[in-house]
Amino acid sequence: MLGAGIVGAACARELALAGVQVTVVDRGGAAQATTAHGEGNVLVSDKAPGPELELAQMSRRLWPQVLAGIAESSPRAARAVEWEPKGGIVVATTDAGAVELTRFADAQRAAGVRAEVLDADALAAAEPWVTRDHTAALRYPDDAQVQPAAAAAALLTDALRAGAELRTGCEVVGAVVRAGRLTGVRTPAGFIEADAFVNAAGPWAGELAARLGAPVDVRPRRGDVLVTTPLPPTVFHKVYDADYVGAVGSSAEQLQTSAVVESTRGGSVLIGSSRRRVGFDDRLRPEVLSGIAAKALRLFPGLAGVPVMRAYGGFRPYVPDHLPIIGADPRLTGLWHAGGHEGAGIGLSVGTARLLRNLLLDQPTKIDVHAFRVDRPAVLGVKAQPASEERA
Amino acid sequence: MTPPHVTVVGAGPAGLAAAETALIAGAEVTLLDSAEQPGGQYHRMMPDAYAAARPERLQHGWRAFDRRRRWVLEHPRCTWWPDTTVWALERPAPHEPGPPRVHVLRGPADGADRRRLGLDSDAVVLAVGAHDRVLPFPGWELPGVFTGGAAQALAKGERVVVGDRVVVAGTGPFLLPVAASLLEAGSRVLAVLEANATPTVARGWSQRLWELAAQAGKAGELVEYAAALVRHRVPCRTGRAVIEARGDGRVEEVVTARLRGDWSVVPGSERTIAVDAVCVTHGFSPQLELPVAAGCALRGSSAGEFVDVDDDQRTSCPGVYACGEITGIAGAPAARAEGALAGWLAGGGDPAAPALRHLRRNRDQGRAFAERLARAHPVGAAWPGWLRPETVVCRCEETDYASLCRAVAHAATAAARVVKLETRAGLGPCQARMCGPTVAELSARLRGEPLDRPVEGLPVAGPHHRPIAQPIRLGELADCPSLDPE
Repeated sequence: MLGAGIVGAACARELALAGVQVTVVDRGGAAQATTAHGEGNVLVSDKAPGPELELAQMSRRLWPQVLAGIAESSPRAARAVEWEPKGGIVVATTDAGAVELTRFADAQRAAGVRAEVLDADALAAAEPWVTRDHTAALRYPDDAQVQPAAAAAALLTDALRAGAELRTGCEVVGAVVRAGRLTGVRTPAGFIEADAFVNAAGPWAGELAARLGAPVDVRPRRGDVLVTTPLPPTVFHKVYDADYVGAVGSSAEQLQTSAVVESTRGGSVLIGSSRRRVGFDDRLRPEVLSGIAAKALRLFPGLAGVPVMRAYGGFRPYVPDHLPIIGADPRLTGLWHAGGHEGAGIGLSVGTARLLRNLLLDQPTKIDVHAFRVDRPAVLGVKAQPASEERA
Repeated sequence: MTPPHVTVVGAGPAGLAAAETALIAGAEVTLLDSAEQPGGQYHRMMPDAYAAARPERLQHGWRAFDRRRRWVLEHPRCTWWPDTTVWALERPAPHEPGPPRVHVLRGPADGADRRRLGLDSDAVVLAVGAHDRVLPFPGWELPGVFTGGAAQALAKGERVVVGDRVVVAGTGPFLLPVAASLLEAGSRVLAVLEANATPTVARGWSQRLWELAAQAGKAGELVEYAAALVRHRVPCRTGRAVIEARGDGRVEEVVTARLRGDWSVVPGSERTIAVDAVCVTHGFSPQLELPVAAGCALRGSSAGEFVDVDDDQRTSCPGVYACGEITGIAGAPAARAEGALAGWLAGGGDPAAPALRHLRRNRDQGRAFAERLARAHPVGAAWPGWLRPETVVCRCEETDYASLCRAVAHAATAAARVVKLETRAGLGPCQARMCGPTVAELSARLRGEPLDRPVEGLPVAGPHHRPIAQPIRLGELADCPSLDPE
């Protein structure tokens, strides 16, 4: 397993529980990169009907089972995950947004998503501090939240208990290929041999795949999150602006912001979100934070006086067609991919891991995985991209 | 040719000296400080409202400071921004020249109408100083336990006493002025405890004694404090420390103990003293969030991490100079020399000016003094022996030592950022200013290896990484900043 973020951790657990001998390798520490810089979304609400929604629904069903399984042997690790099935509320603030949101929800309902229309009173009861200036609101009872680093740690803890091995501070620098088959990877600490290698390197999956000789088009897409000082209970669901769905689905290189506001168990309010394709540039950009703050105040005008005490940013693994990559690499036997979830990797990790296990062990899958195959133009078409897209 | 514009962050001894020489060099200077008055921690002034008749009574070198302050603040090329906090530094893109943009909020921190501004300049001088470091010990989270700096600030700035019966403990010469200002403000100081034993202190101070001659002013100052302690019959002990504070809801007594050279406790040497306050200081932590945000390289030393500067006070970051306690804890005279050097060069002054020789010599003597201090007052390696599993290591989030040990020991949670999220140590209102270096030190020891390797694209989860350097209200953040017309 190449990568000890949440996807690598979830995959390691599935495989180890199935009796596979698993070694997890990461050049940094476990769960310290993209996993520890997100909000912990487990969402169905932001996905349009299609293969990703199916994966999200499957993952949402799996999460409570997975956590219950972990709690049997590691109750402390399971508790630290802070699983909160608190539901999401999507608020539109324009007439056009209301029309769009209603149509979107109708289509989701047809695909089995629970989406309840909230009138003004119901919204005020559910979220007393949200703006009165809204045109539509929907509640998605199945949206949930986790503390993402703890979630990855819990999955990994269970994997280790089931016999997996973890090597941190160990960077993969090259491939050992024999007769067209990937039989080993080179690290500064020596070779690691295995029957299968899973690329779970998140936004670095493209670079890792290139080192192994089978490039895939995964790029970083930066996001920033603001953290307020702890407040008395003010925000009760994951509340977001209807234009968030548009931003998630867009491919724009330039800055996009949309409000996502939620509380954590510690009392702080987390405020996202932004999307920028700037490579791995980690510089703080005040205008990005301003954009996020302004959008959040449109939803919660009463938060204007609340101090922001911290901001953090991370890099989502972005694939041009916005779909994850799950499965065997047809160009290099022995190489598998599990990644490209963009901002949804926390939520989709457990479903992805189940599918990967099924594929690796030749078992039937619960949902159709054709859309996630490696062999598709968005993933392999690195050269087809205009050159300007690579600059940022 | 328009004169260069220099932004000086911090108006303590180093920043004020930097502003002065930058003005002499011909630069436009914007001098800013979070306080209402210049002076920093060293020349902390009573607010105007208190209208102290003789502010110099608690102050050393007051006259020279006052002269410099007036000259700088009244200079036509100087813009003085009091009550101004820097909440972020925005680094330019790698191919763009120049120092970072300085993002500030102007107005009292508790006021409702702070203005947000962005400041572009040709050079930035960082002179943000240090705060005192306190190692955790059982009961240190109780009300009535103060840092030496906080107690001194209350005494000097507001003439408030922290208690009637006070013990001052820790290490370093700062114990003396803390005790002296408590006496001056009317507290009874029951004891001053220096944790290092006499041989360590004496060895550190007595090496190459001739170097000390240059620090005669500093030494004289300490002698004065010591005389005040003698006058008030305050017992001063070496090789002894406060290892626990106890009390119901606030501190009522402290446990002191004799320490070995490595600060391990000598069993059976524990004594209890009834107090209503205790002031602790274990040296100083430089305020590194702005240098780190600017991208300045740090250097490690036995006394901790500091900003790495060259012979001209330049940092590794183009156009950014650093001076004062963020480059080493050497006291006000060295800070002034560093500031004067940094200001002159940042302001476009002649690098070959003869006066620089003198400043460099003063600076180098200051650095030698800093090393002497570090040698005479080290933090003993065995101090974590004081900790018990339930001892709080992060006061904001009440994280205990056992939780930290558990997180670091488990491979799935051992990465610094994951330890932080898992234990919450450093996530509270102080954003790891107090506990960050301690948690990093304890983690490194528990792990038995250096901290995480940096990963491309992710900021190193170091204890000084705070991209939002000071809290900013959501409403202030949402407003677009006006750029300073300069």
